[in-house]
Amino acid sequence: MSPVGPLLLATFLFCAGVYGVIARRNAVLVLLSVELMLNAVNINLVTFQNLLFPDDPAVTGQMFALFIIGVAAAEVGVGLAIVFNMFRNRASVDVDDADLMRW
Amino acid sequence: MTGHDVVFVVVGLVTAGAAVLTVTSKNLMHAALYFAVTLGGMAGVFLTLAADFLALVQIVVYVGAVTVLFLFGLMLTRAPIGREALDGQNRGLGMAVSGGLFVVLSTLVIGAFGGQGTAEVSGPGIRDFGIAIFADWVLPFEVLSMLLLAALIGAIVLARRESGESGEESTVTRIELSVDRDPDTAEHEQPALTAGAGSSGEEHP
Repeated sequence: MSPVGPLLLATFLFCAGVYGVIARRNAVLVLLSVELMLNAVNINLVTFQNLLFPDDPAVTGQMFALFIIGVAAAEVGVGLAIVFNMFRNRASVDVDDADLMRW
Repeated sequence: MTGHDVVFVVVGLVTAGAAVLTVTSKNLMHAALYFAVTLGGMAGVFLTLAADFLALVQIVVYVGAVTVLFLFGLMLTRAPIGREALDGQNRGLGMAVSGGLFVVLSTLVIGAFGGQGTAEVSGPGIRDFGIAIFADWVLPFEVLSMLLLAALIGAIVLARRESGESGEESTVTRIELSVDRDPDTAEHEQPALTAGAGSSGEEHP
Protein backbone atom coordinates (compact mmCIF):
# COMPACT_ATOMS: atom_id res chain seq x y z
CA MET A 1 0.00 0.00 0.00
CA SER A 2 1.39 3.36 -1.00
CA PRO A 3 1.34 6.20 1.57
CA VAL A 4 0.04 8.66 -1.05
CA GLY A 5 -3.59 7.50 -0.83
CA PRO A 6 -4.12 8.03 2.91
CA LEU A 7 -2.15 11.27 2.83
CA LEU A 8 -4.32 12.65 0.03
CA LEU A 9 -7.46 11.61 1.89
CA ALA A 10 -6.18 13.40 5.00
CA THR A 11 -5.42 16.51 2.93
CA PHE A 12 -8.93 16.50 1.49
CA LEU A 13 -10.55 16.12 4.91
CA PHE A 14 -8.40 18.91 6.32
CA CYS A 15 -9.41 21.25 3.49
CA ALA A 16 -13.09 20.36 4.01
CA GLY A 17 -12.60 21.36 7.66
CA VAL A 18 -10.99 24.66 6.63
CA TYR A 19 -13.95 25.39 4.35
CA GLY A 20 -16.36 24.62 7.18
CA VAL A 21 -14.57 26.91 9.63
CA ILE A 22 -14.60 29.81 7.17
CA ALA A 23 -18.07 29.40 5.66
CA ARG A 24 -20.24 28.29 8.58
CA ARG A 25 -21.88 30.81 10.88
CA ASN A 26 -23.22 28.48 13.56
CA ALA A 27 -20.63 28.17 16.34
CA VAL A 28 -21.42 24.49 16.93
CA LEU A 29 -20.80 23.70 13.27
CA VAL A 30 -17.51 25.64 13.40
CA LEU A 31 -16.42 23.44 16.31
CA LEU A 32 -17.46 20.38 14.31
CA SER A 33 -15.27 21.48 11.40
CA VAL A 34 -12.32 21.94 13.74
CA GLU A 35 -12.83 18.33 14.85
CA LEU A 36 -12.73 17.28 11.20
CA MET A 37 -9.32 18.95 10.81
CA LEU A 38 -7.94 17.28 13.95
CA ASN A 39 -9.09 13.89 12.69
CA ALA A 40 -7.43 14.43 9.31
CA VAL A 41 -4.12 14.93 11.09
CA ASN A 42 -4.65 11.62 12.91
CA ILE A 43 -4.83 9.78 9.57
CA ASN A 44 -1.49 11.35 8.61
CA LEU A 45 0.17 10.23 11.84
CA VAL A 46 -1.09 6.66 11.56
CA THR A 47 0.01 6.49 7.92
CA PHE A 48 3.53 7.61 8.74
CA GLN A 49 3.75 5.18 11.64
CA ASN A 50 2.44 2.06 9.91
CA LEU A 51 3.73 2.51 6.37
CA LEU A 52 7.04 4.32 6.79
CA PHE A 53 8.28 3.46 10.31
CA PRO A 54 6.56 0.18 11.25
CA ASP A 55 9.44 -0.95 13.48
CA ASP A 56 9.51 2.00 15.86
CA PRO A 57 9.45 0.40 19.33
CA ALA A 58 7.90 3.49 20.95
CA VAL A 59 4.89 3.50 18.54
CA THR A 60 5.27 7.27 18.31
CA GLY A 61 2.82 8.05 15.50
CA GLN A 62 -0.11 6.08 16.85
CA MET A 63 0.58 7.37 20.34
CA PHE A 64 0.40 10.96 19.11
CA ALA A 65 -2.89 10.14 17.39
CA LEU A 66 -4.22 8.72 20.66
CA PHE A 67 -3.23 11.85 22.58
CA ILE A 68 -4.80 14.05 19.92
CA ILE A 69 -8.07 12.14 20.31
CA GLY A 70 -7.98 12.76 24.06
CA VAL A 71 -7.17 16.45 23.75
CA ALA A 72 -9.85 16.91 21.09
CA ALA A 73 -12.44 15.34 23.37
CA ALA A 74 -11.51 17.81 26.12
CA GLU A 75 -11.66 20.65 23.60
CA VAL A 76 -15.19 19.72 22.54
CA GLY A 77 -16.39 19.78 26.14
CA VAL A 78 -14.98 23.20 26.94
CA GLY A 79 -15.91 24.63 23.53
CA LEU A 80 -19.54 23.57 23.82
CA ALA A 81 -19.70 25.03 27.34
CA ILE A 82 -18.47 28.36 25.93
CA VAL A 83 -21.05 28.17 23.12
CA PHE A 84 -23.83 27.52 25.66
CA ASN A 85 -22.71 30.53 27.68
CA MET A 86 -22.76 32.66 24.55
CA PHE A 87 -26.24 31.41 23.69
CA ARG A 88 -27.47 32.19 27.19
CA ASN A 89 -26.08 35.72 27.15
CA ARG A 90 -26.92 36.73 23.59
CA ALA A 91 -29.67 34.30 22.44
CA SER A 92 -27.59 33.49 19.39
CA VAL A 93 -24.82 31.10 18.40
CA ASP A 94 -23.93 33.06 15.28
CA VAL A 95 -20.18 33.67 15.20
CA ASP A 96 -20.80 36.96 13.34
CA ASP A 97 -22.70 38.21 16.40
CA ALA A 98 -19.80 37.46 18.74
CA ASP A 99 -18.08 40.77 18.16
CA LEU A 100 -18.05 42.11 21.72
CA MET A 101 -14.25 42.14 21.87
CA ARG A 102 -13.73 43.64 18.43
CA TRP A 103 -11.91 46.96 18.54
CA MET B 1 -3.82 -2.99 -6.93
CA THR B 2 -4.46 -5.45 -4.18
CA GLY B 3 -7.74 -6.08 -2.41
CA HIS B 4 -6.38 -4.05 0.47
CA ASP B 5 -6.12 -0.98 -1.75
CA VAL B 6 -9.63 -1.50 -3.10
CA VAL B 7 -11.05 -1.57 0.43
CA PHE B 8 -9.13 1.58 1.28
CA VAL B 9 -10.40 3.41 -1.82
CA VAL B 10 -14.03 2.51 -1.08
CA VAL B 11 -13.80 3.51 2.58
CA GLY B 12 -11.90 6.67 1.68
CA LEU B 13 -14.51 7.75 -0.88
CA VAL B 14 -17.32 7.25 1.64
CA THR B 15 -15.37 9.26 4.22
CA ALA B 16 -14.59 12.10 1.83
CA GLY B 17 -18.18 12.30 0.57
CA ALA B 18 -19.56 12.37 4.10
CA ALA B 19 -17.06 15.11 5.01
CA VAL B 20 -18.22 17.26 2.10
CA LEU B 21 -21.85 16.75 3.11
CA THR B 22 -20.91 17.63 6.70
CA VAL B 23 -19.66 21.08 5.78
CA THR B 24 -22.31 21.84 3.13
CA SER B 25 -25.50 20.34 4.58
CA LYS B 26 -28.41 22.73 5.05
CA ASN B 27 -29.82 20.91 8.04
CA LEU B 28 -27.94 20.99 11.33
CA MET B 29 -28.98 17.50 12.38
CA HIS B 30 -28.00 16.08 9.01
CA ALA B 31 -24.61 17.77 9.32
CA ALA B 32 -24.03 16.15 12.72
CA LEU B 33 -25.11 12.72 11.44
CA TYR B 34 -22.90 13.00 8.35
CA PHE B 35 -20.11 13.90 10.76
CA ALA B 36 -20.74 10.59 12.55
CA VAL B 37 -20.47 8.80 9.19
CA THR B 38 -17.18 10.61 8.52
CA LEU B 39 -15.78 9.53 11.86
CA GLY B 40 -16.88 5.95 11.29
CA GLY B 41 -15.18 6.03 7.90
CA MET B 42 -12.00 7.25 9.56
CA ALA B 43 -12.19 4.28 11.90
CA GLY B 44 -12.40 2.11 8.78
CA VAL B 45 -9.33 3.84 7.35
CA PHE B 46 -7.49 3.11 10.60
CA LEU B 47 -8.49 -0.54 10.26
CA THR B 48 -7.14 -0.77 6.72
CA LEU B 49 -3.94 0.83 7.99
CA ALA B 50 -3.65 -1.95 10.60
CA ALA B 51 -4.21 0.37 13.57
CA ASP B 52 -6.86 -1.75 15.32
CA PHE B 53 -6.67 -0.18 18.76
CA LEU B 54 -6.93 3.33 17.37
CA ALA B 55 -9.96 2.35 15.27
CA LEU B 56 -11.74 1.12 18.40
CA VAL B 57 -10.79 4.26 20.34
CA GLN B 58 -12.09 6.34 17.45
CA ILE B 59 -15.44 4.55 17.51
CA VAL B 60 -15.81 4.74 21.30
CA VAL B 61 -14.68 8.33 21.78
CA TYR B 62 -15.81 10.03 18.59
CA VAL B 63 -18.77 8.11 17.19
CA GLY B 64 -20.02 7.31 20.67
CA ALA B 65 -19.33 10.40 22.73
CA VAL B 66 -18.41 13.45 20.67
CA THR B 67 -21.24 13.04 18.15
CA VAL B 68 -23.80 12.80 20.95
CA LEU B 69 -22.27 15.90 22.53
CA PHE B 70 -22.63 17.78 19.25
CA LEU B 71 -26.22 16.62 18.86
CA PHE B 72 -27.00 17.91 22.35
CA GLY B 73 -25.28 21.16 21.50
CA LEU B 74 -27.34 21.63 18.36
CA MET B 75 -30.60 20.75 20.08
CA LEU B 76 -30.01 23.01 23.09
CA THR B 77 -29.13 26.10 21.09
CA ARG B 78 -32.24 26.22 18.86
CA ALA B 79 -30.31 27.42 15.85
CA PRO B 80 -32.19 28.41 12.70
CA ILE B 81 -32.19 25.94 9.83
CA GLY B 82 -31.49 26.80 6.23
CA ARG B 83 -28.54 27.46 4.00
CA GLU B 84 -28.57 31.22 4.33
CA ALA B 85 -28.82 31.01 8.10
CA LEU B 86 -26.01 28.48 8.33
CA ASP B 87 -23.46 29.87 5.90
CA GLY B 88 -21.99 33.34 6.06
CA GLN B 89 -21.12 35.73 3.29
CA ASN B 90 -17.65 34.31 2.84
CA ARG B 91 -18.55 31.01 1.19
CA GLY B 92 -16.49 32.01 -1.87
CA LEU B 93 -13.54 32.92 0.32
CA GLY B 94 -13.77 29.55 2.06
CA MET B 95 -13.92 27.76 -1.28
CA ALA B 96 -10.88 29.66 -2.54
CA VAL B 97 -8.80 29.14 0.60
CA SER B 98 -9.56 25.46 1.00
CA GLY B 99 -9.23 24.75 -2.73
CA GLY B 100 -5.89 26.52 -2.93
CA LEU B 101 -4.68 24.78 0.21
CA PHE B 102 -5.72 21.42 -1.21
CA VAL B 103 -3.86 22.01 -4.48
CA VAL B 104 -0.68 23.13 -2.69
CA LEU B 105 -0.72 20.36 -0.10
CA SER B 106 -1.53 17.56 -2.54
CA THR B 107 1.23 18.75 -4.90
CA LEU B 108 3.66 18.66 -2.00
CA VAL B 109 2.47 15.23 -0.84
CA ILE B 110 2.73 13.69 -4.30
CA GLY B 111 6.12 15.33 -4.83
CA ALA B 112 7.43 14.02 -1.52
CA PHE B 113 5.91 10.52 -1.42
CA GLY B 114 4.97 9.81 -5.06
CA GLY B 115 8.15 7.83 -5.65
CA GLN B 116 7.72 5.83 -2.47
CA GLY B 117 7.24 2.16 -3.21
CA THR B 118 4.31 0.27 -1.85
CA ALA B 119 4.97 -1.20 1.54
CA GLU B 120 3.24 -4.00 3.36
CA VAL B 121 0.94 -2.57 6.01
CA SER B 122 2.06 -3.71 9.42
CA GLY B 123 1.26 -2.05 12.68
CA PRO B 124 2.33 -2.78 16.22
CA GLY B 125 0.09 -5.16 18.10
CA ILE B 126 -1.94 -4.15 21.10
CA ARG B 127 0.71 -5.69 23.36
CA ASP B 128 3.43 -3.39 22.00
CA PHE B 129 1.00 -0.51 22.29
CA GLY B 130 0.32 -1.12 25.97
CA ILE B 131 3.98 -1.56 26.79
CA ALA B 132 4.82 1.66 24.95
CA ILE B 133 2.12 3.64 26.78
CA PHE B 134 3.26 2.63 30.25
CA ALA B 135 6.99 2.57 29.53
CA ASP B 136 7.86 5.39 27.15
CA TRP B 137 4.79 7.59 27.30
CA VAL B 138 3.71 7.41 30.92
CA LEU B 139 4.36 11.09 31.69
CA PRO B 140 2.32 12.44 28.73
CA PHE B 141 -0.37 9.91 29.66
CA GLU B 142 -0.62 11.29 33.19
CA VAL B 143 -0.56 14.88 31.92
CA LEU B 144 -3.41 14.02 29.57
CA SER B 145 -5.46 12.61 32.43
CA MET B 146 -4.91 15.85 34.37
CA LEU B 147 -5.95 17.81 31.29
CA LEU B 148 -9.16 15.81 31.01
CA LEU B 149 -9.92 16.47 34.68
CA ALA B 150 -9.27 20.18 34.20
CA ALA B 151 -11.50 20.25 31.12
CA LEU B 152 -14.26 18.45 33.04
CA ILE B 153 -14.16 20.99 35.88
CA GLY B 154 -13.82 23.89 33.45
CA ALA B 155 -16.82 22.78 31.42
CA ILE B 156 -18.95 22.45 34.55
CA VAL B 157 -17.90 25.89 35.80
CA LEU B 158 -18.54 27.51 32.42
CA ALA B 159 -21.91 25.89 31.81
CA ARG B 160 -23.33 26.56 35.29
CA ARG B 161 -25.61 29.51 35.69
CA GLU B 162 -24.22 31.25 38.74
CA SER B 163 -22.19 30.35 41.76
CA GLY B 164 -24.07 29.85 45.00
CA GLU B 165 -25.14 27.34 47.53
CA SER B 166 -26.99 24.39 46.13
CA GLY B 167 -30.72 24.71 46.52
CA GLU B 168 -30.52 28.48 46.81
CA GLU B 169 -32.19 30.59 44.17
CA SER B 170 -29.67 32.50 42.10
CA THR B 171 -30.25 35.24 39.58
CA VAL B 172 -30.22 34.29 35.93
CA THR B 173 -29.81 36.40 32.87
CA ARG B 174 -33.14 36.39 31.13
CA ILE B 175 -33.08 36.33 27.36
CA GLU B 176 -35.20 39.19 26.11
CA LEU B 177 -36.58 38.66 22.63
CA SER B 178 -37.81 42.22 21.94
CA VAL B 179 -40.67 42.06 24.42
CA ASP B 180 -41.74 45.42 25.78
CA ARG B 181 -41.49 45.59 29.51
CA ASP B 182 -44.63 46.43 31.42
CA PRO B 183 -43.96 49.67 33.40
CA ASP B 184 -45.94 48.32 36.39
CA THR B 185 -43.71 45.33 36.77
CA ALA B 186 -40.50 47.22 36.06
CA GLU B 187 -40.00 48.11 39.71
CA HIS B 188 -40.33 44.43 40.59
CA GLU B 189 -37.76 43.50 38.04
CA GLN B 190 -35.38 42.05 40.57
CA PRO B 191 -37.78 39.39 41.90
CA ALA B 192 -38.78 38.51 38.34
CA LEU B 193 -35.19 37.76 37.50
CA THR B 194 -34.77 35.00 40.04
CA ALA B 195 -34.63 31.41 39.01
CA GLY B 196 -37.98 29.81 38.60
CA ALA B 197 -39.41 33.14 37.51
CA GLY B 198 -42.23 31.37 35.68
CA SER B 199 -44.01 30.57 38.93
CA SER B 200 -42.73 33.10 41.44
CA GLY B 201 -42.80 36.14 39.14
CA GLU B 202 -46.58 36.48 39.17
CA GLU B 203 -46.91 36.01 42.90
CA HIS B 204 -45.19 39.30 43.72
CA PRO B 205 -47.77 42.11 43.89
